Amino acid sequence: MMSEGNDQKLREFLKSHVPRADTEPKRDLWPLVLRRLERPAPRRVLWFDWALAGAVLAGILLFPKTVSVLLYHM
Amino acid sequence: MELLERFAHGDMDAFEALFRQFQRDVYGWVIRIVRDTGTAEDLTVEAFWRAYRAHARFNPGGNFAGWMRRIATNLALDHLKRSKREAPLTDDVPDMAVPENPGVRQEMRERIERAFKELSPKLRVVARLALVEEVPYRDIAGALDISEATVRVRVFRATQNLRNSLKELGAE
Repeated sequence: MMSEGNDQKLREFLKSHVPRADTEPKRDLWPLVLRRLERPAPRRVLWFDWALAGAVLAGILLFPKTVSVLLYHM
Repeated sequence: MELLERFAHGDMDAFEALFRQFQRDVYGWVIRIVRDTGTAEDLTVEAFWRAYRAHARFNPGGNFAGWMRRIATNLALDHLKRSKREAPLTDDVPDMAVPENPGVRQEMRERIERAFKELSPKLRVVARLALVEEVPYRDIAGALDISEATVRVRVFRATQNLRNSLKELGAE
């Protein structure tokens, strides 16, 4: 049922309408790799950091007087 | 010290030598999946960048080509999952068994393109490699890190879906 020959008709159909990709690189990609290596890796911010920042902001908005306490502890 | 060992130690000259040796293979593999020159170039660069960053985890006794192909395939798969708009399947005009009428030919291409886009990224990768590019199942299995049996199942499912989508065009 799942043999490679089973789908021969579809393969033939695709072969006649969809050309194979041109697999030859159009240019030397080494300069791009070097440039990529020079760029720092993107920093990922964890969801926990966002949640913490949101909680602090919400706390400040709800209880503005806590700002002074927060600044004292910083 | 062998080239792969030097690479595993982070030697840039060894990395460049490996890049020169495998650039063509990686690019050729990626473009078969994404079918767009610019995207294939970006993903090839990204794959080698990731490989260099992971050099310490590479086993010098292992297969560099297979490792690179797996990295590149994962990137290409992620790209298919992310991108809603894809490059057309038919960049060049095939010179065989194509309807003479350009309008009909264009419609055929669009229908085939749509049919491929309707497949899930996992099925699309396998369908493009197995059905369009005629890559052996063993190679596809190695690149996707799955068994040949799983490749067969995915090809079977993709074939069924494509047949349904393209039956009006005579692909049943």
